[in-house]
Amino acid sequence: MSFIRDDGTWKVKTGHASMLKGGVIMDVINAEQAIIAQEAGAVAVMALERVPADIRTQGGVARMSDPDMIKGIQEAVTIPVMAKCRIGHFVEAQVLQSMEIDFIDESEVLTPADESNHVNKWDFKVPFVCGATVLEEALRRIAEGAAMIRTKGEAGTGNVVEAVRHARSVLGEIRRLQSTPYEELMSRAKVMGAPYELVKYVHENGKLPVVNFAAGGIATPSDAALMMQLGLDGVFVGSGIFKSGNPAQRAKAIVEAVSQFNDPDVIARVSTGLGEAMVGINISTIPENERMADRGW
Amino acid sequence: MKARIGVLALQGGVSEHVDMLNSLGCTTVEVRLPEHLADINGLVIPGGESTALIKLLLRWNLVSPIRELAGTGIPIWGTCAGSILLSDEISEKDHIIDQPSLELVPVRAERNSFGRQVASFQEDLVIKGLDQPFPGVFIRAPLLYPLSNRVEVLCTVEEGAVFLKCENIWLSSFHPELTDDTRIHRMFIEEAVIGS
Repeated sequence: MSFIRDDGTWKVKTGHASMLKGGVIMDVINAEQAIIAQEAGAVAVMALERVPADIRTQGGVARMSDPDMIKGIQEAVTIPVMAKCRIGHFVEAQVLQSMEIDFIDESEVLTPADESNHVNKWDFKVPFVCGATVLEEALRRIAEGAAMIRTKGEAGTGNVVEAVRHARSVLGEIRRLQSTPYEELMSRAKVMGAPYELVKYVHENGKLPVVNFAAGGIATPSDAALMMQLGLDGVFVGSGIFKSGNPAQRAKAIVEAVSQFNDPDVIARVSTGLGEAMVGINISTIPENERMADRGW
Repeated sequence: MKARIGVLALQGGVSEHVDMLNSLGCTTVEVRLPEHLADINGLVIPGGESTALIKLLLRWNLVSPIRELAGTGIPIWGTCAGSILLSDEISEKDHIIDQPSLELVPVRAERNSFGRQVASFQEDLVIKGLDQPFPGVFIRAPLLYPLSNRVEVLCTVEEGAVFLKCENIWLSSFHPELTDDTRIHRMFIEEAVIGS
């Protein structure tokens, strides 16, 4: 007896995201960095051409990475390999799917290709992760097919303040929706500009229907544990590792801190002797039109 | 007896197992350090990333305590990455790779047997001991190849086993905890935990 095999289902997309929980996903720009990340205990790597800190300083248009470089990383490691496409650039997403990337990040870190529309992620077998600053944005992305959400934070700054703002906003709004009476949910959905069914789901379950990670400005083991204690499911670290003094050791320390995020003694121990963290940027010094979190809606 | 089940909680799909075990009336303990293994009647090692998980098991000194626990006959069930961690040998395609594991069951686990995430799939499974098909969820799943006739295979897909047991160690390469179907969790509790 044999049964029908279904691939690319919502269950296997969101299930893959669930298996990343409690883990650290690291930005890497070449195979050597990917190996360092895997050795440190990363649950996945994000292949990109320039880390956000460099995109920020060098400027220009930031696009999907060179397929050759992505292939090199796929061959170097056995953990899942993610890659970014520009917001709304569904052909970059098609290319990434054809390369069998494990997860696509439709990311505000790259220069948006469409200022009004995101990719219709239901068209793809590969799961997508998307950034959000507030709950309604997360619900819109999920309605478009995102199987995982992350805070946008402010990438490439080494400053955790925006990630905290977005996490508190999303989680706080979830708590408020939970205590909103049923008869007010439709008008909440209208005001939020979010699909009613998802608003109702959050009201009933007190959480998003997908995994919710932290990203954008995490630079230390304490930053990572902070996001976990706030209630997020895992952590993306971008520039924070390979823009620091000792990437291998810092990467390992962040992984260890996330695995024991409620234990300050462990976090103290793993934070000791890490050398210099990346130099941070104060958000108020970044001109508004250069803030990545404002890209997408 | 009310079963008290530990769920390894260093990384991966922990809450799904915890929720399902709680729904069946078990008490659950999240295991992050060796002392959390005290007084449990069974242990679940969830799915996640096997390379990350083995590093964390070693880092937090959990390898020997879990091996000792298995030696006392406490049942241990590994799903997906958990099944890889429990196997004696780990391979990628056909070649054995040098990745440490708990080495608790004579099985070779072939990682990512079906390929990358695009090849992850759902398929109903015929499982020995269950009357009706079970909804299999396979995510970058391994296939399991027994290395001894002590291993009892309960379900196969293509050439490999996806569900098996060997004395008190159970392995499944799919994810019952991601479904609404509690039959395999119930089977583990009734046969392995309470039955033992």
